[in-house]
Amino acid sequence: MPEVNAETVATSPEAVAQQLAASRYLADDSLATAIFLAIRLGKPLLLEGAPGVGKTEAAKAIAELLGRDLVRLQCYEGIDAAHALYEWNYQRQLLAIRHAGEHEIDIYDDRFLIARPLLQVLRAPEQRVLLVDEIDRSDHEFEALLLEFLSDFQISIPERGTIRAAAQPIVILTSNRTRELAEALRRRCVYHWIGYPDAEREAAIIMLRAGNVAQATARAVATAVQTIRARPLAKPPGIAEAVEWANAATILEKGGSPWPEAFRRAIGVLIKDEEDLSYIAPELGRIVEEALG
Amino acid sequence: MTRDFDNPFFPFTGRRCPVGADEGQRQRRQESLPRAAVPLLGFGRLLRRYGFAVASEQISAFMQAVTLLGPRSMADIREAALATLAPPPDRRDEFEAHFQSHFYGSTSAVIEADADEETRIKDDGGADDKRIEAEHRQEGGELSSALEQLSSRDFQRDDDSLTAFRRKLSSALPARRSFRTVRTPSRGKLDLRRSLREIVSADGDVPSPLLRRRQTVPRKLLLLIDVSGSMKLHTEDYLKLAHAAVQGADRAEIFTFGTRLTRITSALRIRDRDQALARAAAQVDDWDGGTRMGPTLLAFLSVPRFSSFARGAAVVILSDALERGDHAELETAMRRLSARAFRLSLATPLAGDPRFRPATAALRAILPDLDDLIDGSSLASLTGFILSLARPAPAAETIWKRVS
Repeated sequence: MPEVNAETVATSPEAVAQQLAASRYLADDSLATAIFLAIRLGKPLLLEGAPGVGKTEAAKAIAELLGRDLVRLQCYEGIDAAHALYEWNYQRQLLAIRHAGEHEIDIYDDRFLIARPLLQVLRAPEQRVLLVDEIDRSDHEFEALLLEFLSDFQISIPERGTIRAAAQPIVILTSNRTRELAEALRRRCVYHWIGYPDAEREAAIIMLRAGNVAQATARAVATAVQTIRARPLAKPPGIAEAVEWANAATILEKGGSPWPEAFRRAIGVLIKDEEDLSYIAPELGRIVEEALG
Repeated sequence: MTRDFDNPFFPFTGRRCPVGADEGQRQRRQESLPRAAVPLLGFGRLLRRYGFAVASEQISAFMQAVTLLGPRSMADIREAALATLAPPPDRRDEFEAHFQSHFYGSTSAVIEADADEETRIKDDGGADDKRIEAEHRQEGGELSSALEQLSSRDFQRDDDSLTAFRRKLSSALPARRSFRTVRTPSRGKLDLRRSLREIVSADGDVPSPLLRRRQTVPRKLLLLIDVSGSMKLHTEDYLKLAHAAVQGADRAEIFTFGTRLTRITSALRIRDRDQALARAAAQVDDWDGGTRMGPTLLAFLSVPRFSSFARGAAVVILSDALERGDHAELETAMRRLSARAFRLSLATPLAGDPRFRPATAALRAILPDLDDLIDGSSLASLTGFILSLARPAPAAETIWKRVS
């Protein structure tokens, strides 16, 4: 991939939106503005939203837009510095000591350093984009560590000294909001709340993402999914599920099921919770028929 | 708060105001700003006045963002405000209203628009506590009597047992193995990093290996307290218990429910008990009302942020489970809760009576989902039970079958 200067790509929010669309991601004005501001202000971008609204996809599209590799750090409870920053390759160090015998050897050489995502990005800030995924799953200690990294973009390795980023790396954080993030972290970032798209945009996304779905099908799926999301479900369907539903229904229809029936049969890819299924089942026929118009 | 306010970092003047700048100086500084920038600064101030957490860093980012965007229209300013001032999603409507009234001068700032059909959820996380307190003071009557009740009755004996409870709690809660490791003298895996250092400093000799093992951390504790009329005699004790739990455990979450659901954890984080309870009391709107246990618990589960508190946690519900009408929703809620929780217990004051049997339709329906159904009539039995949560016990159904 050719290297692109961030400032020349992000000339205006519209330009950003256009190029995201070229990488098959449809962003609304608000998201495009947030991305534009994050790139130009040199601040991390914090994306929050319900599961399945395309937060991680947005990060992938931004990396593609800038022509950079995406380095992903998946957070989980108990994640620590050895998983996020760096680790020494102890086995190799021991072998090297054995092998060197009487000679002197630097066991803190680059050969023995395993770079984890944060260090990887720090070393090549202009070729990589950092995605810190689902930061709400990590614990407070890790959030503090990340805060330090995001404010100075440097890592101290006791055996090696401090490593600094040559340029400001582009960082994207996502959160499902299962817990409140520290105020300090929110303050430091450009913030965007991703909601579910409206029916029209969702239909466009389905057209773009699904294999070969007719426009009428995409529109019907989008309308039906909007109605289903308005119900009090334990797990409301995300955009990816809507795309899958459109795909599955199209395949079934080609296999010989007539229209409303194909939607009903493919419901398993849209709603993946037994209780939700039994809740929505009696209404499903009506919802689909209304959506088909 | 106001001092902080007088001291923002202006990108336009490029310098920092000295702390303690008086009113006159502030006026002059404002004049040195470009005239177009003044409303932007004013908007930040307005938000702070309404309890949004806005840092001066964010206001300067807001101004930079507006400059970067053109701005070509009011929409640009709005987008810039949303991205840089980062209002919490649940206060987005309020933010919009303030934006409208500040930049368009429309006075019809409609903020309160909540359908009463749905169970109201209140989270004390981000809101301005002072303002909430002030608002509720005005309501007077019923609420202040609850306040007085809370502060007037005080028993030395309870205090002692609660202090002991607080001290023992964090070591008594059930534990889970964490992903992190700690040094250990025996029974662990090889700690390569430290061992290598030892080897290097011992010049290649291999001394006795150093070990690490996975740490154990206490599980979360989630207390759901029924504050309806039928529990009136006990709510006060329960809140004291909740305060001790929040003070003692690393990760405890407390909610009250009646006809609504209210999160009171951050109010209870205040060390002084009377102050903490008074603030918590002010946040709860549905004292001594009816119970809609099923719908409120479902509402609890439908907020992802809340329901994740229950995951892997020890959940204790303090309620008499006297659900009016249909209990189908209660059954669903309990089933979902027990699927999430590490252990789900119901403490009912009715079980203090030796003749008590889980005989009501609602209780019979939820009994299979419960790990424990215990006596919640006294503080002593409750603290004793919570401290014994780590020890295994037979399921509630088995115990109560044996009794009846």
